[in-house]
Amino acid sequence: MAQRLSLSARRARIAWAFLAPAVLVLLAVAAYPLFRTFQLSLFRANLLDYPLRPEWVGLANYAYMVRDLYWWTSVKNTVIFTVASVGLETVLGLGIALLVNARFPLRGAMRTAMLIPWAIPTVVSAQMWRWMYNDVYGVVNDLLLRAHLIAKPLAWLADPHLVLPAIIAVDVWKTTPFMALLLLAGLQSIPEELYEASRVDGASGAQQFWFITLPLLVPALLVALIFRTLDALRVFDVIYVMSGVNPSTMSMSVYARQQLVDFGDLGYGSALSTGIFFIIALFVVLYLSVLRVEVD
Amino acid sequence: MPASRLTRFFYRVLFYLLVLAVFIYLVFPFYWAVVSSLKSPQALFQTPVTYWPSPPRWQNYLDVFTMQPFGRNLLNSAIVAGATTLIALLFGSFAAYALGRFRFAGKRPLYYAILSVSMFPQISVLGGMYVLIKALGLYNTWWALIFSYMIFTLPFTVWVLTSFVREIPVELEEAAYVDGATPLQTLFRVLLPLMAPGLVTAGLLAFIGAWNEFLFALTFTVDDRARTVPVAIAFFSGASQYELPWAQIMAASVIVTVPLIVLVLVFQQRIIAGLTAGAVKG
Repeated sequence: MAQRLSLSARRARIAWAFLAPAVLVLLAVAAYPLFRTFQLSLFRANLLDYPLRPEWVGLANYAYMVRDLYWWTSVKNTVIFTVASVGLETVLGLGIALLVNARFPLRGAMRTAMLIPWAIPTVVSAQMWRWMYNDVYGVVNDLLLRAHLIAKPLAWLADPHLVLPAIIAVDVWKTTPFMALLLLAGLQSIPEELYEASRVDGASGAQQFWFITLPLLVPALLVALIFRTLDALRVFDVIYVMSGVNPSTMSMSVYARQQLVDFGDLGYGSALSTGIFFIIALFVVLYLSVLRVEVD
Repeated sequence: MPASRLTRFFYRVLFYLLVLAVFIYLVFPFYWAVVSSLKSPQALFQTPVTYWPSPPRWQNYLDVFTMQPFGRNLLNSAIVAGATTLIALLFGSFAAYALGRFRFAGKRPLYYAILSVSMFPQISVLGGMYVLIKALGLYNTWWALIFSYMIFTLPFTVWVLTSFVREIPVELEEAAYVDGATPLQTLFRVLLPLMAPGLVTAGLLAFIGAWNEFLFALTFTVDDRARTVPVAIAFFSGASQYELPWAQIMAASVIVTVPLIVLVLVFQQRIIAGLTAGAVKG
């Protein structure tokens, strides 16, 4: 029987055998829970019931979601967080990438330093900054007071106007180096001859940046931007640790988890999760269509 | 000309000042955590703030283990992250071999499907995963975390390893086939040794991801039986609600960050290669 199969059919069988463990695991940990979450969003159910006693409610959870001001607040916070942090990270990351792309002694040490914020667990960096932001004993207030940038200590994490910007600053600190590393890889793929040729033609440094560096960096920039946007849209850790579930900072993920776990509202929490899924899926499609050009 | 040399010198100084500023910006928060972790309560809660712990109070590091169940949390984290990494590497290298070496119908859609799983927001499966973990009886165990961490480690591992498999010359395997080796033998004897750099890269990133994960760990554990370090650090408590044990929190932060920084120092090149392969090359 096996001999009658063509070589390519036999190869395909072997390939699927090798894929089976990974595919089965992903079906169990991704596809099934995702489907189950969709399904639960159409029911009313309590997380703590075991076994579950789901009660069919159709689209009632979604109808409630549309009118839920807390949900829209969390959407607004997430959008502000994403636009501000990704925007700042891109500008700062590009600056740092250009700086580190220059040849200088201790460049290696600098690249290592860039990996430190990235490697620190988000929860740990959130706690570190929470302590730095402390209104009485925090180093942030101390430094700003010494520099005469503020007249009196600020309550960074208690003032509803300051807390989201303060959290954004932590995210920028943590992910700018990552952005810079991605952009650095892009910079290093630009052929040196282009700069030499333009120098012969008398181009200034600024002209080189606008007409060579930036256009050739666009693909790397685009991918890094979408990558970071996806990450920022699902933000949870830094916001949850620094300010808990708080209307002035809560992201979509923080709010959905509160409904789902803290309030045990499996149906409504699942509807929120599904909403987040579709918002982010839009960006994933965008991401994959950008990448498509590059995959074999 | 002296004038132009002067401007060159001026730019040079400016450049190094900028480099220094960036360096301080990147490293200062970690420096501050180290300093705070070595302060006595009096030094910690005093104004104006002091920038050097004198004398250093090493006791804070012992307190983390005696006044908090931190040893247990570290053990949980090490086991969960270690097992997650091993399983992801094993299944990931099988899948990467198939995706990198074989032609078959449905390969491209499958590749994209695996890729898109890594971009799932974890929150979108939280409800379904919770119900599943309860039903399987895994709630509040290491397995709940190892199982759920596959969702972000496995796709990434497959992705990185596939790009490594593609770069290995086919001739080596053909020689093995001619000698009558089965595909499994070929994978283990020929490809895996050549994939070692890829395994290190993917393994490191999987380990760091699992070591740092918070949302699932927060949701699928209730006590220190399975609670990992990030959740423990988020919940460190002191004598009262208003007195957070900051020196201990900072000491614990330093303890979990130092191994990561050592890994980063040792495997810098590999990590950068993995990050840029993951995000730029696709």
